[in-house]
Amino acid sequence: MASQSTPRALRRVAVLGGNRIPFARSNGPYAKASNQDMLTATVDGLVARFGLAGERLGEVVAGAVLKHSRDFNLTRETVLGTRLDPATPAYDVQQACGTGLEAAVLVANKIALGQVDAGIAGGVDSASDAPIAVSEGLRQTLLAVNRARSAGERAKALTGLRPGHLVPAVPENVEPRTGLSMGEHMALTAAQWGITREAQDELAAASHQHLAAAYERGFFDDLVTPYLGVSRDTNLRADSTVEKLSTLKPVFGKGEGATMTAGNSTPLTDGASAVLLASEEWATEHRLTPLAWFVDAETAAVDYVHGDEGLLMAPAYAVPRLLARNGLSLQDFDFYEIHEAFAATVLTTLKAWEDPDFCRERLGLDAPLGSIDRSRLNVNGSSLAAGHPFAATGGRIVASLAKQLKEAGGGRGLISICAAGGQGVVAILEA
Amino acid sequence: MTDLFTTIVSSPVARKVGVPQPTRLRRYEPGMPLCEGPVLVAGGGRFADGVAAWLGGEGVAAVSTLPDEGDKVGAVVLDLSAATDPADLDQLRLLGAPAVKALRRNGRVVVIGTDPATLTDVAEVTTQRALEGAVRSLGKELRGGATANLVLAQGQAHDGVRSAVEFFLSGRSAYVDGQVVRVDESTSGDVDALRPLDGKVAVVTGAARGIGAEIARVLARDGATVVAVDVPAAGDALATVANEVRGTALQLDVTSDDAGSRIVEHATTRHGGLDVVVHNAGITRDKLFVNMDDDRWHSVMEVNLRSVLRMNDAILGEGGLADGGRIVCVASIAGIAGNRGQTNYGASKAGVIGLVTALSRQVADRGITVNAVAPGFIETEMTARIPFATREIGRRMNSLQQGGHPKDVAETIAWFAQPGAAAVTGHVVRVCGQSLLGA
Repeated sequence: MASQSTPRALRRVAVLGGNRIPFARSNGPYAKASNQDMLTATVDGLVARFGLAGERLGEVVAGAVLKHSRDFNLTRETVLGTRLDPATPAYDVQQACGTGLEAAVLVANKIALGQVDAGIAGGVDSASDAPIAVSEGLRQTLLAVNRARSAGERAKALTGLRPGHLVPAVPENVEPRTGLSMGEHMALTAAQWGITREAQDELAAASHQHLAAAYERGFFDDLVTPYLGVSRDTNLRADSTVEKLSTLKPVFGKGEGATMTAGNSTPLTDGASAVLLASEEWATEHRLTPLAWFVDAETAAVDYVHGDEGLLMAPAYAVPRLLARNGLSLQDFDFYEIHEAFAATVLTTLKAWEDPDFCRERLGLDAPLGSIDRSRLNVNGSSLAAGHPFAATGGRIVASLAKQLKEAGGGRGLISICAAGGQGVVAILEA
Repeated sequence: MTDLFTTIVSSPVARKVGVPQPTRLRRYEPGMPLCEGPVLVAGGGRFADGVAAWLGGEGVAAVSTLPDEGDKVGAVVLDLSAATDPADLDQLRLLGAPAVKALRRNGRVVVIGTDPATLTDVAEVTTQRALEGAVRSLGKELRGGATANLVLAQGQAHDGVRSAVEFFLSGRSAYVDGQVVRVDESTSGDVDALRPLDGKVAVVTGAARGIGAEIARVLARDGATVVAVDVPAAGDALATVANEVRGTALQLDVTSDDAGSRIVEHATTRHGGLDVVVHNAGITRDKLFVNMDDDRWHSVMEVNLRSVLRMNDAILGEGGLADGGRIVCVASIAGIAGNRGQTNYGASKAGVIGLVTALSRQVADRGITVNAVAPGFIETEMTARIPFATREIGRRMNSLQQGGHPKDVAETIAWFAQPGAAAVTGHVVRVCGQSLLGA
């Protein structure tokens, strides 16, 4: 009788670096680029940076939120178009705005388990080259025609067609179960938590200023590769100020209390990102120095449909679980990367962690998590300035935080990303 | 890069009516024979026997007398290094003239002399110096893609002579014509002819496109691991080149203060060393002298000259370029002959020539060589934008009656980088088809 094999010990997972193309506001310079085009350019940029041409990696995992049905194998098709060894396997994931970070979690876990030695995690989204589907009525009619066995039956099936069926179905940024857009959801939560317009505009201005400063000091020289003539994020306004932002009219929320504007909400964006993760041994063999270690991750979801919770509040639940598992407090971090879906999302999350009632009743904690040192928050800018191609945001943050930790000579960073469907993905990096 | 004019003048009709047609140059490809047809080796100098023996080893027939009437030779190597009196120069004519008549298309004339700078006897210096005038004039007479070049040797050492003769005989020197190369007594031993740069780590700045991209390709073809460097804004093209040559892309601005140390750090940590640096990054900002503004002047000086000086400090510092390493700069005909509207560019490129001369002496004890190429009219995106008439003149006004390819520049750089070229330092080799400019 064969003896049962013992499980292998877990391995540390290194973040070796990343690459992204500059993010561009939708219907701009990348309007005609497909998800596959952008992801291919991004992966090839990563391959060039790390000398991986012809290399077979353990896997490439990526995804897109807005995806054409023909792109069912988007990541594998991308790999076949890159300079990686075509023998590199790939698969797609989709967890709304959490896609990019979830992809990193998946690759990291396989590396930790010893199932692969190195892999690329990424994400891409085009809000410009969006999939447009035929209406449900037309689709049913066409399927009936396809099933028909004779000319007569086909003619009969076609009689079911109505003029209204010719209107195409365009993807919308709304939650299917509530019919509310993400911004409208956020406006409800922001109002509930009393998040002020000023605080949101301050956060937005800081995001632009931090991102601009990071570009100026060359921070992105080895994180970004130009694409289609664009070399910086097109949404970036280096001269953004609270005063300028305060002149914008609210776009989400109703009446006097509306605080959310186009300036403190992320715009629809096109872009792609990718990060290279590997075991320590693989990194050493390839003469690569880890920027940071991918320590742990947690995903949470909230019932925003029936429960009394905001759509984008899941990270507020995920973080305390992650902290408890790692024996850390919220203050044990040198850098915080909280994805700026909206300025109000970040502010609500921080406020919730400071709120004794929320922490006791919702999180089941004896004491609130407390406040963070705001000077450690999104130090190189975040989505309000860079833009937010949904699935690409995770990769952007992982690579930037890892490099920031390396530059700081070590430390610990927290990543928090909210996602549609009331979900949130959070992670810890250390260097 | 074929324009309408080129299409017309190179058409069969144009050929029939007698429009002169440039010869398709024989350019090096791996595995190609060194030379097409036998090589006449004559002259009675101290290197001739060694060259003949080496050619035989390379599978090239070396003959000491011309074959029968009607048979062609691929090249002629005339060793006049022993000539001490002007009367000895007769040999050049008596041996050379019939051989040049029997030269095939893309043939080669290589003359070996003794470097006059190492001689003291007046008659001897006079004689050896005379070779240069003869070779440069012959270059202008040769047709059919043939070239004439002069190798000036010191003492008895063969390695440098062999490397230079090999370069001039091969397709690597297709667009190098009428040049004089001095070789010193450095030795190099045997090198792999197919992959002379095997195991070497080479950095190329300005590698995203044009000549820089071609340098990266040629160095990689010859076996080097290439670090392709260019400004972050050119990162997409850079990535394509780096991936094509299976090297790595390093996005940095060569004018930044830490460019040199970042290059060294990348090459040593990622590839385990640094053996070859090609300072190719360069810009032009043309304006007549009287209208030249601060920005045009300074940006050209900064990118073409000052950044090279700064990077060399780091590259030649502790833990940087390995002993026996290579630095290759890119000068320009404009730095030799000057060019209207290019006082800034001309100054920077002439400065590069000064840098090569001075630095080569400083690092000679470490076995590091410092050389430059000076490209003439090279067919690139940049020259394609030159106005038609100026472009046609630039293209035709040289002994080969055509523009060079980026590859021609890259091949000369790759030769400087070879271990075999250890005896070549402090040189500027023009890759210009013997252009009339600055001749």
